[in-house]
Amino acid sequence: MRDHPLVQLTLARMREFYREPEAIFWVFGFPIVLAFALGIAFRNRGPGELRVAVLRGAGDGAVAAVLARAPGLTAAVLDSGEARLQLRTGRVALLVVPGDPVVYRYDSTRTESRLARLEADEVVQRARGRADPARVADQRVTEPGSRYIDFLIPGLLGMNLMGSGLWGVGFSVVQARTKKLLKRFMATPMRRSHYLLSFILSRLVFLFLEVAALVGFGWWVFHVGVRGSFTAVAFITVLGALSFAGLGMLVASRARTIEAVSGLMNLVMLPMWILSGTFFSYARFPDALQPFVRALPLTALNDALRAVMIDGSRLSELGAPLGIVTAWGVVSFVVALQIFRWR
Amino acid sequence: MTPPILCAGLAKRYADVVAVAGLDLTVNARECFGLLGPNGAGKTTTIEILEGLTAPDRGEVEILGMAWTGGANTRALRERLGIQLQDTQLADKLTVEETVRLFRSFYRASHSVEEVLGLVGLEEKRTAWVGKLSGGQKQRLAVACALVSRPELLFLDEPTTGLDPQSRRQLWDVIGRFRAAGGTVLLTTHYMEEAERLCDRVAIMDHGKIIALGTPRSLIASLGAEHVVEFALADGATRAPNASELAALPGVRAVRAGLDRTALTVAEVHRAVPALLGLLERRGAELSLLATHHATLEDVFVSLTGRQLRDA
Repeated sequence: MRDHPLVQLTLARMREFYREPEAIFWVFGFPIVLAFALGIAFRNRGPGELRVAVLRGAGDGAVAAVLARAPGLTAAVLDSGEARLQLRTGRVALLVVPGDPVVYRYDSTRTESRLARLEADEVVQRARGRADPARVADQRVTEPGSRYIDFLIPGLLGMNLMGSGLWGVGFSVVQARTKKLLKRFMATPMRRSHYLLSFILSRLVFLFLEVAALVGFGWWVFHVGVRGSFTAVAFITVLGALSFAGLGMLVASRARTIEAVSGLMNLVMLPMWILSGTFFSYARFPDALQPFVRALPLTALNDALRAVMIDGSRLSELGAPLGIVTAWGVVSFVVALQIFRWR
Repeated sequence: MTPPILCAGLAKRYADVVAVAGLDLTVNARECFGLLGPNGAGKTTTIEILEGLTAPDRGEVEILGMAWTGGANTRALRERLGIQLQDTQLADKLTVEETVRLFRSFYRASHSVEEVLGLVGLEEKRTAWVGKLSGGQKQRLAVACALVSRPELLFLDEPTTGLDPQSRRQLWDVIGRFRAAGGTVLLTTHYMEEAERLCDRVAIMDHGKIIALGTPRSLIASLGAEHVVEFALADGATRAPNASELAALPGVRAVRAGLDRTALTVAEVHRAVPALLGLLERRGAELSLLATHHATLEDVFVSLTGRQLRDA
């Protein structure tokens, strides 16, 4: 059993990987560092206190006093030049010019400015005697699952599956080709299918560790849970890993140099880093782009992972994205086998 | 019994170079056969065609009575061969033992790891990473990977190129032991002394063709003389005797003027050297170098092509 070529080839793959400290960092350390940094930077603390300026002039003190009553605002009276500078550089969200009418000067494309205008107008109007006809009550919700980190962790998981699939397979294949090791293997009775399968098998072993590390970290530090079943997450990650291993095989099938394969990898991965909704929702891209974006394997994988981890979807509801992921893997693998350069 | 290697009319050209231009070869069982020639002579292309790694444009190849037909047939043939390629770099981050075990797993019949490391003398490096081995040790490991299948026929492509003399002798011993156990060897080299030392027969290749074939001894004998006398003069060429004067000396068969020295192919050193010294003394020319050696395959190559092997 231990001397079966598939076992020996897989062991060789794994040894070459874990004896390379850089590879360990990029596969295990980097996604965790990224999750930690982004999780801290975008932690949900709301917009906080918004700074608004009141232009120095007649009645400035009264207006500033009124604005100070708004719970989300702090107001400062500034001279004209200083006020314009701070508004332009975003240090104040809104400039209020006292008088009749009261003028709000702000950049309407900035969310914070529009928020500041609404809050300022509310207290200004109430100070002049406006009464609210309807009774309202606020109920505040901060639930795990709706935070940025909840969105981010499944995306990082998908991105990591893509990166380690492409690099893990593509880089090793091309390295073996440039070192003439592939040709040396061809001079033995080794079966080609065993060689290719060994990549898949070693990917599956490391996949388990990768997923455990990132999901475990998210749960431990940010309390990111998995609402759906762990079996579903396992199934999707295995499918994703196989699919990207196929894509990696395709990318590496002809390249003769490390430089060539690196270029191809970046060509394949860069669009998905940006378009596939790892760091922000792909809904932000124009409608015309959407069919293309949704057809990308990383988009489909991220969608499926988020559906299970955040919404608790079952696998049976995820036919479309899982179909896309599978199709990419199968087509890549079949094409790669046809055009693979064995020496 | 069919010879382990038979090929006829072999030809291969790459985009703009003719690598092999019509080559016939027979290697007999238990023979060590050497393909000799300068870089670019077509040795590697020839051996890779025989190994079934490169398809020839024309010609027939039969290895151990089988042809390279692909599929199960090819795999069965590969079980019986040991192959070392010229420029394979084995994985740096695997140990010697892991590397041998990996190659071993591809074959049905095989030596144990201990046995094969013993054959190449790498027992002590068993747990060392391949990347930490010396050039000679790496080369012995490459041969170990070729021997692990207990092959009947061993192909070695420039096994000792770039090695120091000691490592080279160690590899020669490995090859000697394989032959003593009844194996057949085809090797390429551009070291003529290696070919003389190891090979029963050699084929000298140049420009994709065999230009001489025979035992090292018969090829050297074909020079018509067994010794080479080389000399150079201290004060340049002014008083140097010309070629026809040298050729007329007793026992001299051929004269070759090189850049910095003149070489005489000589049948009887004991007659030629005193005559040469006498001639030079009469001219008042002073020697800066005088050396004699037994004629080698190198001299055969030079006499056939007019070029030195190393700068050919």
